[in-house]
Amino acid sequence: MSVGAGIENNMPGGGAQAAALGACSAGDPAGRRRDIGLKRRYRAEKRFRFYGIAAIVFGLFFLVLLLWSIFAHGFGAFWQTTITLPVALEAQVIDPDNRLAAEPQSVSDPHFLAMIDYPLLLRRALAQKLGVAADDRAAMREIGQMISPSARGQMRRFLGANPQAIGTVQTIRFLASANVDAAFKGQINFSLPQDKRKISDRQRQWITLLSKEGLLHKSFNTGLFTRPASANAESSGLAVALIGSFYIILIVLVLALPIGVITAIYLEEYAGKNGFTDMIEVNINNLAAVPSIVFGILGLSVFINFLGLPRSASLVGGLVLSLMTLPTIIIAARVALQAVPVSIRAAALGLGASHTQTVFHHVLPLAAPGILTGTIIGLARALGETAPLLLIGMVAFIANYPHSPLDPATALPVQIYMWAGEAERSFVERSSAAIIVLLAILTLMNVTAVFLRRRFEKRQ
Amino acid sequence: MTAKYAAVKPKRVKMRGENVTVFYGNKQALHGVTLDIAANKVTALIGPSGCGKSTFLRCLNRMNDTIEGARVEGVITLDGEDIYAPDIDVVELRARVGMVFQRPNPFPKSIYDNVAYGPRIHGLTKNRAELDEIVEKSLKSAGLFDEVKDRLHDAGTGLSGGQQQRLCIARAIAVSPEVILMDEPCSALDPIATARIEELIDDLRKNYTIAIVTHSMQQAARVSQYTAMFHLGSLVEMGETKIIFTSPKERRTQDYITGRFG
Repeated sequence: MSVGAGIENNMPGGGAQAAALGACSAGDPAGRRRDIGLKRRYRAEKRFRFYGIAAIVFGLFFLVLLLWSIFAHGFGAFWQTTITLPVALEAQVIDPDNRLAAEPQSVSDPHFLAMIDYPLLLRRALAQKLGVAADDRAAMREIGQMISPSARGQMRRFLGANPQAIGTVQTIRFLASANVDAAFKGQINFSLPQDKRKISDRQRQWITLLSKEGLLHKSFNTGLFTRPASANAESSGLAVALIGSFYIILIVLVLALPIGVITAIYLEEYAGKNGFTDMIEVNINNLAAVPSIVFGILGLSVFINFLGLPRSASLVGGLVLSLMTLPTIIIAARVALQAVPVSIRAAALGLGASHTQTVFHHVLPLAAPGILTGTIIGLARALGETAPLLLIGMVAFIANYPHSPLDPATALPVQIYMWAGEAERSFVERSSAAIIVLLAILTLMNVTAVFLRRRFEKRQ
Repeated sequence: MTAKYAAVKPKRVKMRGENVTVFYGNKQALHGVTLDIAANKVTALIGPSGCGKSTFLRCLNRMNDTIEGARVEGVITLDGEDIYAPDIDVVELRARVGMVFQRPNPFPKSIYDNVAYGPRIHGLTKNRAELDEIVEKSLKSAGLFDEVKDRLHDAGTGLSGGQQQRLCIARAIAVSPEVILMDEPCSALDPIATARIEELIDDLRKNYTIAIVTHSMQQAARVSQYTAMFHLGSLVEMGETKIIFTSPKERRTQDYITGRFG
């Protein structure tokens, strides 16, 4: 049947159909049309659209509520209050026993530097500025509470580097205590009686005085990203957690991605279909559903107790989370491989490409965007995972930067967990700030995934 | 069946199937088909859907190997050599017996890379200039070169359906096969693109042996010198196309050609 004939054949048929329709409506004297339930169908559609929009609005409402609550609580922690003061580095406070006269080299002696009463220097400087007598012990105690204990280490490092400054007056900028920080940010309710709040009336006046003189500053809190853990909220930061999370993600990427993709390719393209591979498949699917804390127990017993790897190390965290992420990546990669059209495989095989050439030249590149998405989802899940890390001891107070994945570290979600458990208000603020940082990193990862995916797809 | 077949035996046989039987799992798709593919001729395989003509075609370059549970019995030879023999490498076989599929399936790569892929994996060229030459020659043979010469590095998937199918033909002939198998190459194309492919098939006959599966009687009549009629997994009749279409020996062939079933 030629195409021309086909068209001619169709024409009369189409005409007859149109005629039949015409006859139907013309043959009905009242001009009524059949009731085919159109109104009911449109009502059903409208109803469904309404349900859909309602569901989305409901979801969005809670998302906005969540984000708003996190940002409202955590935003303040990105700013930190500091005090700038001229501090007299009095020789009789620094060197009460006059050791320097006898042996000047002892100024670089850590023991000597550690023994100096730095808070006294700072208290005196602040008292002088505020017009408080140095012998008013109650007032001096309150002044001391306004200064962050971290100023001590700062002064020690300064003196160690500048011994010639002894006996001079230096302008030094140091952290205010968490309570001053909260008061300066307007977070303290001064309508409460004095003994029910952390800042006394007198301290409140001093804060006002200092701020009027321009000695109290709010500046961007770089310490949040560069400082390790600390007992004081104002000087504690995410550095150890950020480094730990970085190591963990790197280990997961390096281990889980290649192993997962190779497993998926083998199972999908090479392994025969038999009872054994079916069992493997069922087990992989089951592993993906295993609660993460179970992986933590596995990590504890295998990596730490059996293999003797160090406790609290990001290496162990990375290994545990790799195990947890593997099934996710394998499943995503297999789905992506299955989605490659059979025609592409047939084309390559038909040209005489070997099985492996077909897989690596054609199937894998086409599956890459899907594999990438699965990997990023797996990594994002690993980045936000807390429970298994608690079991392998990554929940710890760690004040030293981890220099390798074998050093003790924490991870971002664990740091959030630890800060959220602190009683002090400033820690809670920091915990929300850490959540913002975590969400920002996750968003960045997802944007990267979308960007890479687009590039992959464009290349094809 | 053997008697009928012997009567129309072509002069020079390129490929021969003897008593070819194919199972897909428990289902038997071909029942002992014996058929010759004449050298430098076009052999059309016709028959209603599910008659086994595509299955037979796919046996000729062992594409059935890729289907889980497919089992081929009987003997298929290429230049007298059993292609299912253990010492035959399937990769080499497919480089000698190329295939063009029902739907155009260019790789999601540039036009150039589509054609160059085969020569590249088989290491047919020593340098870029030789490869360029093969690509140009293949595209010219497929009647596509003039249309795409200014955009060789654009995506092959951006071409029209007919151009894509000609690209697939160019890709198949770039590895210089001896036989080209075509599985309903025009079923996804419009009449104009179909006409161009049919002209092309006629040109290609000079250098290649062609076996084509088609659902269109007109196409079989226009492009082929030999026609094999399949029904229900068996070969009904095989002969010179003009004889099959004018005076078939079998009633079923007559009925199918005249559109009484199919």
